[in-house]
Amino acid sequence: MAKKSFRQAINEALAMEMRRDPTVILMGEDVAGGMGAAGEDDAWGGPLGVTKGLMPEFGRDRVLDTPISESAFVGAAAGAAATGLRPVAELMFVDFMGVCLDQIFNQAGKFRYMFGGKAVTPMVVRTMYGAGFRAASQHSQCLYPVFTHMPGLKVAIPSSPYEAKGLLIQAIRDDDPVIFFEHKVMYDDEEEVPDEAYTIPFGEANLTREGDDVTIVAIGRMVQFANQVADKLEGEGIGCTVVDPRTTSPLDEDTILECVEDTGRLVIVDEASPRCNIATDISALVSERAFKALKAPIRMVTPPHTPVPFAAELEDLYIPNPDRIEEAVRSVMGAQA
Amino acid sequence: MSDAAAPVSGGAIQAITMPKWGLAMEEGKVSAWMAEEGSAIESGEEILEIETTKITNVFESPVAGTLRRRVVAEGETVPVGALLGVAAGSDTPDAEIEAFIADFQANFVVEAADTAAAPEAEVITVAGRALSHLRMGPEDGAAIVLVHGFGGDLNGWLFNQPVLAETHRVYAMDLPGHGRAEKAVDGLDVAALAALLADYMVAAGTGPAHLVGHSMGGAVALKLALDKPDLVQRLTLLAPAGLGRELNVDYVRGFAEAERRKEIKSLLQQLFADPELVSRDMVNEVQKYKRLDGANAALRTLADTLFPDGHQALVMKDRLESLAMPVQVIWGDEDSIVPPAHAEELPAKVRLQILEKIGHMPQMEAAGEVNRLIADFGD
Repeated sequence: MAKKSFRQAINEALAMEMRRDPTVILMGEDVAGGMGAAGEDDAWGGPLGVTKGLMPEFGRDRVLDTPISESAFVGAAAGAAATGLRPVAELMFVDFMGVCLDQIFNQAGKFRYMFGGKAVTPMVVRTMYGAGFRAASQHSQCLYPVFTHMPGLKVAIPSSPYEAKGLLIQAIRDDDPVIFFEHKVMYDDEEEVPDEAYTIPFGEANLTREGDDVTIVAIGRMVQFANQVADKLEGEGIGCTVVDPRTTSPLDEDTILECVEDTGRLVIVDEASPRCNIATDISALVSERAFKALKAPIRMVTPPHTPVPFAAELEDLYIPNPDRIEEAVRSVMGAQA
Repeated sequence: MSDAAAPVSGGAIQAITMPKWGLAMEEGKVSAWMAEEGSAIESGEEILEIETTKITNVFESPVAGTLRRRVVAEGETVPVGALLGVAAGSDTPDAEIEAFIADFQANFVVEAADTAAAPEAEVITVAGRALSHLRMGPEDGAAIVLVHGFGGDLNGWLFNQPVLAETHRVYAMDLPGHGRAEKAVDGLDVAALAALLADYMVAAGTGPAHLVGHSMGGAVALKLALDKPDLVQRLTLLAPAGLGRELNVDYVRGFAEAERRKEIKSLLQQLFADPELVSRDMVNEVQKYKRLDGANAALRTLADTLFPDGHQALVMKDRLESLAMPVQVIWGDEDSIVPPAHAEELPAKVRLQILEKIGHMPQMEAAGEVNRLIADFGD
């Protein structure tokens, strides 16, 4: 088993599913690059090279460069899914959802429900999210809470290369529309990833650390920070369980509640804007169903309620970081920061 | 130092270092010392408890002498190869001990996790099937072949293969449907698996070997010893299938179907007398295997073939007598998967070891003892 990057893991998942199933197609802006123009084919392979090499292997019929019109190609993907293909559309930055949201939540997300359960919509929308890329407020957001809010959609947010491959293959094989979130600063992260195809089921949280004192629920890239804090505090005798929900819809409520019942303390780390995000959702869940288990108030570690700043110093202050997570863990343990 | 002044055996200053249990282990935590500073320790004596992310296990001293220093305190985590303690003669001056420790620490380099030197599992094609195996140990060592059980893989020998490989040429392999081997298992019963194991031994160039089989792998190893005795110099059966009709079919079915972490954890806990041994990493590894395309289907097919109607299809107990090579059977008395009662009334020529307070995984739960029983058997 070799170490692979987050980028390679996603590329491999796409390639393996395209080999396995001829109905799997890719579409998006510059997923190959150069369509209809003279010059190098596959010049881009996606803006960060994630789909590089797929067009040469599968051809222009299955790797479609689209015009810069998200409403058109995301809508086309929804229609293709409803009529027998398994499209994987790339919404370059999730920040662009505003121009194609109707196709996603009012069309794709409702087909199964509005057509008497007779329609399936096996569409995946891959999309980049997250701050830390110095890309300013229109290319840095974490809009997964919006999609989590909408019934009929599934939302996957992988926290590592192994997770990315297994969750993406699951997403492609799933018969419902899945929004698949890729954090743009994680593409060069590496870990051991099997060469074989494998699937990680939706709705089963992963425990990346286990401890007796505090439960930390973290989303996407934040899982890495939570792991760092758990490892550091273990040396001081503070045991942390780190829960990576993997999918926010469906959400593995049982695992979160069980972990809180075991530890009695909860810190939630979410890079999304703080109002109506995944942290508030999980906080509400635990307040309602595991209140008696709590030994301390729930702490949420999130950015402030502001657009992502462009100034590097401010952007660094904006993103939740291990120091802030550690402070929150210590506070629920009763210690002063 | 002249020959005449050379210290007696056990007098030299010897390093006790963090072992490497399994290819993935990078560090370990000293959870408890079981020997006091100043006490005499024997080679093979249990002196430490070491906790890894996979399992906690006792560590047996590789050296004899007086334990002069505990370098690593209880609760500390250090990398593989780090100095845990120092043994020497009881009369070795403290200054020499301190100098030895200072010198060791000054020269200690953490081995990179992915150094080229570490042996790696390789794909090997046997009778048209892509299997996987890992070879360790000296070229001129006597051969040992390790065969895992239902749902296991070659990594399950992590406490055994590196230790046995100090003196033997040790092969661990993945049977079809398991580990990294291909997942097609249609038509593979115990006899067909035994034939494939024989082909594997030829393909891997093991030569005649001491065959060690666990559980389902025990039945496969026994069948091979019956069918092709020339390949089998000695036979060790660990909690083997193949000696009786009964087995815990709920476990087998449950394991083939389970997907969620909690289900898998509670199943794995049935394998051990001490359920605390099942760690998060152990559960994760099983989940990672079971998520591979075809893995669960392979387990279901194998279970249907090997254990139709909830019983073992092939019982070979009455044929043990006919084997010419030395045979030993090792069983934990708290095995809840394959009944240890199957070890009753074995032929007198079979050496039987019942291990107390041990479950279905003696090679993990009593690794040191099992390693000794394997390494010493028949020599």
